[in-house]
Amino acid sequence: MRALKAYLRSPAALIGSVILLAVLVMGLGAAWFYPNDPLGLAGRPLQWPGQNPRFPLGTDPSGRDIAAQIVHGARISLLIGFVATSIAVVIGIAIGSLSGFYGGVVDTVLMRVTEAFQTLPNFLLLLVLVAVFGSTIHTVTIAIGIVSWPPVARLTRAEFMTLRTRDFVQASRVQGLGDAHLILREVLPNALPPVIVYASVVMAVAILLESALAFLQLSDPNVPSWGNLIGLGRNVLRSEWYVSAIPGLAILLTILGVSLVGQGLNDALNPRLASGR
Amino acid sequence: MTRLAVEGLTIRLPKGADRPHAIEDVTLSVAAGEILCVVGESGSGKSVTASAAMGLLAPGLAIAQGSMTLSGEDLRAKSPEAWRAIRGRRIAMVFQEPMTALNPLMTVGRQIGEMWRVHMGLDAREAERRALAALRGVNLPDPEGALRAFPHELSGGQRQRVMIAMALALEPEVLICDEPTTALDVTTQAQVLALIKELQRRHGTAVMFITHDFGVVAEIADRVAVMRLGRVVEEGTAREVLTAPQHEYTRALLRAVPALAPPVPRALSPDPVLEIRGLTKTYVSRGLFRRRKPVRALDAVSVTLRRGATLAVVGESGSGKSTLARCVVGLLGSEGGEIRIDGAPLPTRRRDAARLVQMVFQDPYASLNPRRRAGAQVAQGPIAAGTPRAQALRDARALFAMVGLDPEAVNRYPHEFSGGQRQRIGIARALAMKPTVLVADEPVSALDVSVQAQVLALLRELQDRLGLSILFITHDLRVAAQLSDEVAVMRNGVVEEAGPIGEVFAAPRSDYTRSLIAAIPGRAMFAG
Repeated sequence: MRALKAYLRSPAALIGSVILLAVLVMGLGAAWFYPNDPLGLAGRPLQWPGQNPRFPLGTDPSGRDIAAQIVHGARISLLIGFVATSIAVVIGIAIGSLSGFYGGVVDTVLMRVTEAFQTLPNFLLLLVLVAVFGSTIHTVTIAIGIVSWPPVARLTRAEFMTLRTRDFVQASRVQGLGDAHLILREVLPNALPPVIVYASVVMAVAILLESALAFLQLSDPNVPSWGNLIGLGRNVLRSEWYVSAIPGLAILLTILGVSLVGQGLNDALNPRLASGR
Repeated sequence: MTRLAVEGLTIRLPKGADRPHAIEDVTLSVAAGEILCVVGESGSGKSVTASAAMGLLAPGLAIAQGSMTLSGEDLRAKSPEAWRAIRGRRIAMVFQEPMTALNPLMTVGRQIGEMWRVHMGLDAREAERRALAALRGVNLPDPEGALRAFPHELSGGQRQRVMIAMALALEPEVLICDEPTTALDVTTQAQVLALIKELQRRHGTAVMFITHDFGVVAEIADRVAVMRLGRVVEEGTAREVLTAPQHEYTRALLRAVPALAPPVPRALSPDPVLEIRGLTKTYVSRGLFRRRKPVRALDAVSVTLRRGATLAVVGESGSGKSTLARCVVGLLGSEGGEIRIDGAPLPTRRRDAARLVQMVFQDPYASLNPRRRAGAQVAQGPIAAGTPRAQALRDARALFAMVGLDPEAVNRYPHEFSGGQRQRIGIARALAMKPTVLVADEPVSALDVSVQAQVLALLRELQDRLGLSILFITHDLRVAAQLSDEVAVMRNGVVEEAGPIGEVFAAPRSDYTRSLIAAIPGRAMFAG
């Protein structure tokens, strides 16, 4: 309750929430706004925005409606963001909590694995995964989740290491409770706030990673994602720059929204850190 | 000559606090060569008064009216830069919690030396020489080792002595001590009090000493101000206030000070319930650069707790008493020796051990999970042991009633309880497992005196009613005297002396026990 109040009082959080909500409405209402296939041919290619009242944002090099792709793309981008973030957070929390709670050999082994992932540049690993498993929207999303978990694991581990020695955890241990209870009921709820805040960063990065893949035309070409649109605009970047710029702006706004929500969450969940601002 | 004067000071609390002002119309003054003790329980505003005098008010607090002067200079008009020059050099402060006041990444020697390097421009070598002398002056056991140690490698008591060494380094005009000895052992406390007194006499320092302990007041104070809910309710010389208190609140506080008179000896069962034989535990610091030797926390410790009795394990920090407690409840393993409960060795399986021995923790704020309901935390042990959920929750309500809490409070979260109430929850949680032995690790040392008395009375009552056998770990002999039948005095991991508490207190056999008893603050005043 107190956290919710603090959240609503932060202007950053409000602006972020409004932006995200708008993107969400766009994604959910896509079929209602543009019932036709956004990837279907709609008109003459490369019409500038405003040139034709039927296409307020113009058409792409294949003659598809950019506005329809933006609206449908919101759904894809949010979906990739949420699902990839969930995958990263779940893997990260699982590895981080085991590592931080048990320490010793478990910690050493799991952290070496984490470091192995971290030392590879995210994006290269993503390229490898997509090259091996193909580039359907599912594999792309899962691959993004798989390359994004190491920082979550490290953060969770650090929280667990300080929390596991607290008296209330020791007290539950003395009560004869098992490790599963200690991890899930005692330590995890107290370790979550910074992880939730960090999840917003993961989400922003996930959306960016997908667009980067699409820019290289390595993402799923059969879905109307913003990244794909940017990729399509690459060849006409110097003459018809709006093809890349419009989805770019959409990505920028969405990531801004996610980051602002993240900052709002941070202020609300760590009130002591926020008071210094 | 008045060094520090506070007149009519009122400090506003932020909106939404439990009262409008942290302190109201507080007038205090400390003269050179004088020790003023400001006494009060938690929430009395004594620490806020101290931080205002240091120019270190917490954000959200603001001075509404009143004045503060240092040797005649107006302190309220000082800029932040001017304050920086004053703090440390002219007004020094010793804080309550030494760990947060020390830089964890700097060796102790460099931190103390910094005082001379920054304020007086001495070179590193001279600063280190003085730091060593300062550490000797505060009676650290291994000053050379401490010089190279990092704060986390010292015990709480040792860290506080380092803080005092730092505060006294530049021989300030005014020294503000905010509960500086609360975390210290009695003998250290006596030494530190003597040290503060000696310096104050030698240099004419004015000392403002914040404390909740009337024993300390009796030891050190020239004058006393008693605070309650932000107001000074009584002020006078130490003698007047301690022997002829005028205000009802002062009288109540003085009554709550435990007397050092052991209880009337009870007939004890000959039947041992907890036997510890030759228990040994060593802490080895791992890592590439070992600076310190392995520590033998327990060295062949043997003690026996009789059924239905209380055995107090008394010792100073580093004596191994907390290690002993943690070994007995199975939180720590040992290298040698054995722990037997009801004649059988302590089971290694957590769930089996939980039914035999339970623990009440020291810090009521840290020992409850802030995100779970109080009742759930009491019931979770029995639920894990196989009691049906509904039954366990019913039992939790009964336990809440038994420890003097509202049974409806099971649905509340820990932050809705006061420190004393939280400690009651801790006791209820331990009793929920119906243990054979209850280990209480300093259960009252974080509580106000009046609350302390209530919690001790509760433990005693529960013991009578349930026939509990209690292993009571404490650093405070007065607290031990309240409750215990037998006592074991520990030092450096070794039991120095053990026996019925009346005998040990009346005729201590070991010099160490004698020195512990002699060091109890205000012993002459509160002989009981």
